Amino acid sequence: MTILAYLIPISLFLGALGLVFFVYTVRSNQYDDPEGDARRILSDEYDDHPKP
Amino acid sequence: MTATMRPTASACPACAAAPAADKLAATALHAQGGAQIALSLPTIHCSACITKIEKALNAHPGVRSARVNLTLKRASIEADPDVTAQEMKTLVEALGFEAHELDAGTLNATANDRAGRELLMRLAVAGFASMNVMLLSVSVWSGAADATRDLFHWISAAIALPTIAFSGQPFFRNAWAALSNRQLNMDVPITLAIVLAVVTSLWETSLSGKHAYFDAALALTFFLLAGRYLDHRTRAIARSAAEELTALEVPRATRLRADGTEEIVNVAELAVGDLLLVRPGGRMPVDGEIVSGTSELDRSLLTGETLPVFAAEGQTVSAGEVNLTGPLTIRASAVGQDTSLHQMADLVAIAESGRSRYTSLADSAAKLYAPGVHILSALAFVGWYLYTFDMRTALNIAAAVLIITCPCALGLAVPAVTTAASGKLFRRGMLIKHETALERLAQVDTVVFDKTGTLTAGTPELTNLADIPRRDAELALALAQGSSHPLAQAITRAAREAGFAPAPVSDLSEVPGYGTRALVDGREVRLGRASWIGAQGRAETATFLDRGEGAPVAFTFTDRLREGAAEAVQSLKDAGKDVYLMSGDTTPAVEALAERLGITHWLAEAVPADKSSRIQAMSARGAKVLMVGDGLNDTAALAAAHVSISPASALDAARVASDIVLLGSDLAPIASACATAGAATRRIRENFRIATIYNIIAVPLAMAGLCSPLIAALAMSASSITVSLNALRLR
Repeated sequence: MTILAYLIPISLFLGALGLVFFVYTVRSNQYDDPEGDARRILSDEYDDHPKP
Repeated sequence: MTATMRPTASACPACAAAPAADKLAATALHAQGGAQIALSLPTIHCSACITKIEKALNAHPGVRSARVNLTLKRASIEADPDVTAQEMKTLVEALGFEAHELDAGTLNATANDRAGRELLMRLAVAGFASMNVMLLSVSVWSGAADATRDLFHWISAAIALPTIAFSGQPFFRNAWAALSNRQLNMDVPITLAIVLAVVTSLWETSLSGKHAYFDAALALTFFLLAGRYLDHRTRAIARSAAEELTALEVPRATRLRADGTEEIVNVAELAVGDLLLVRPGGRMPVDGEIVSGTSELDRSLLTGETLPVFAAEGQTVSAGEVNLTGPLTIRASAVGQDTSLHQMADLVAIAESGRSRYTSLADSAAKLYAPGVHILSALAFVGWYLYTFDMRTALNIAAAVLIITCPCALGLAVPAVTTAASGKLFRRGMLIKHETALERLAQVDTVVFDKTGTLTAGTPELTNLADIPRRDAELALALAQGSSHPLAQAITRAAREAGFAPAPVSDLSEVPGYGTRALVDGREVRLGRASWIGAQGRAETATFLDRGEGAPVAFTFTDRLREGAAEAVQSLKDAGKDVYLMSGDTTPAVEALAERLGITHWLAEAVPADKSSRIQAMSARGAKVLMVGDGLNDTAALAAAHVSISPASALDAARVASDIVLLGSDLAPIASACATAGAATRRIRENFRIATIYNIIAVPLAMAGLCSPLIAALAMSASSITVSLNALRLR
């Protein structure tokens, strides 16, 4: 059962990592226009070169 | 600004940094002298629209950056200071999209949705915590025993306690507020369930017990927060868009100083006796008397009359009327609260008090639910305590009952459906302003339409061009094309569409309030109102052409139907609803329109009080009335009706009084909105039934003490997921 000593901290760490990334996405306004972002991916405007 | 911002940012860098940075950026932009422009774009719907509009806007030399937000259906533009919103609007309209200017100031206030982000953050923390705790709980359920189980329970507790302290705050606060007012709301049983679950689980864990409900407490918090967040999001979108609409009218007036120079002042600063200049196209800011100038007034928003009214010196004007042809100088006789416009608003306040009586489905469910849950769990506690005289067992079972009866499904049942339904309506160009509007709309059996500006577009259309000799029509076109009068513009439009060219005339001039005149071969020709030309007036809207010889020629007009008006009336009638037409306009005009649309019940020359008392009489007979109107004369009726809709072109007061705003110019969505509202209400009821069935199965188990944490988790998740899926069927 000593494996638990590694696995539990690892699982908690990964969960916390996910949470941190989520907080980052909220902070950087990534949920302001969900519908528009879903459609923007279909536009071929920046296919050749990225947005300057 | 910058100096006051800093302490806030450093005091709590974690939570205030992002919004503060946004604000600083905005201030910096203003310091550089940039302009922030916002446009409402009610008709955009796809990625092609986004690209098209962004490309066109970014191609403009003065635009620094432009971005379209499809969720909120608006474009925000950062531009050089000399770029005007009007310019941007015409640019977008040239692409074939509808655009309205918005006040960027109000928009900034609503863009940073603090409360929404806070809820989202709490939701996320609860979600991550419940996932981790669920992993540990699954191991316990699948057989972890003794020291391992205790360890897992302690780790769960270590995750659950801080999470609940953070994520549960909205419920704790609401519950406390309700209790300190000696009332019960939905949040009281929720708080009790969460707290009791955590306390008994801690107690069990410390005694190496078998059952801990940490996962249930977290899942409960998560599902309920999800409901709250959906609810908030729906309302925030509606609220910000409604606020932007109110920002459409900028209250300014041109005041004449004693020496004759002009100054632009806020309407709030005007005083009785001030001399004001109102230019053609401008709206009267106050009640007053005309001191100099002649013109015509469009009073349609106040009275519903389509025909412009002649205005000359000595005549009184009311706030809200629109000056059409010539500049007018008026002396203010009533300002601010005393204007007739504001007295109309008082009528609204009286009528509105009747509406607040409606209780939403969610509230009536909560009224049954909250006491029921408390009684059940108290009974379970007392029963088991008397049976076993064991505090621990009794408390455990009481907690299980509270968790099982958790209002997860109830808390999600309504928000999930209203979010889906308002989203569907928003995509069709309707904005739900009031939270119970959908439920009330579903009950509607009678629909009352206003005429001018609602069923009709408020722009006249020439009807008898075919009867007029080509020579006369071309002469009329020559006289009409320079004028901004609506009737003249209608003649110009119709004649150009027919392919006519203007006849050669000289010395063309406009006589404000009367018409236009010019010379042809030395003869004077005139186009204008009947009394000026010397012709016999007619019942319908008409203007006359004096050719300098022979009898005057009449041009008759009818009001152009608004897009989708005929379809809306037809499909409402097909759906079995009674359709009425009430207007302040003259009898022949109203009768003609009613016949054209097939409306059998109509009322003409109605004053505002008539309309609202008719509607109140209908309501007294038990009818559920939907009022659709746009003018000031409709506001009292809009407020008196069971539910009301106004177009975005309506006056401020009318939009404030109505529950739903039509963002586009098309009326057709009204009928389908009724159907959607009906479907939404049915779904809400279905969801309540589903939640009740789950409770009927699970509560006896819990009361009997047979409910393990596994059963609690299954029942809770299953009911929440079923109601959410059921709500999604609406899309």
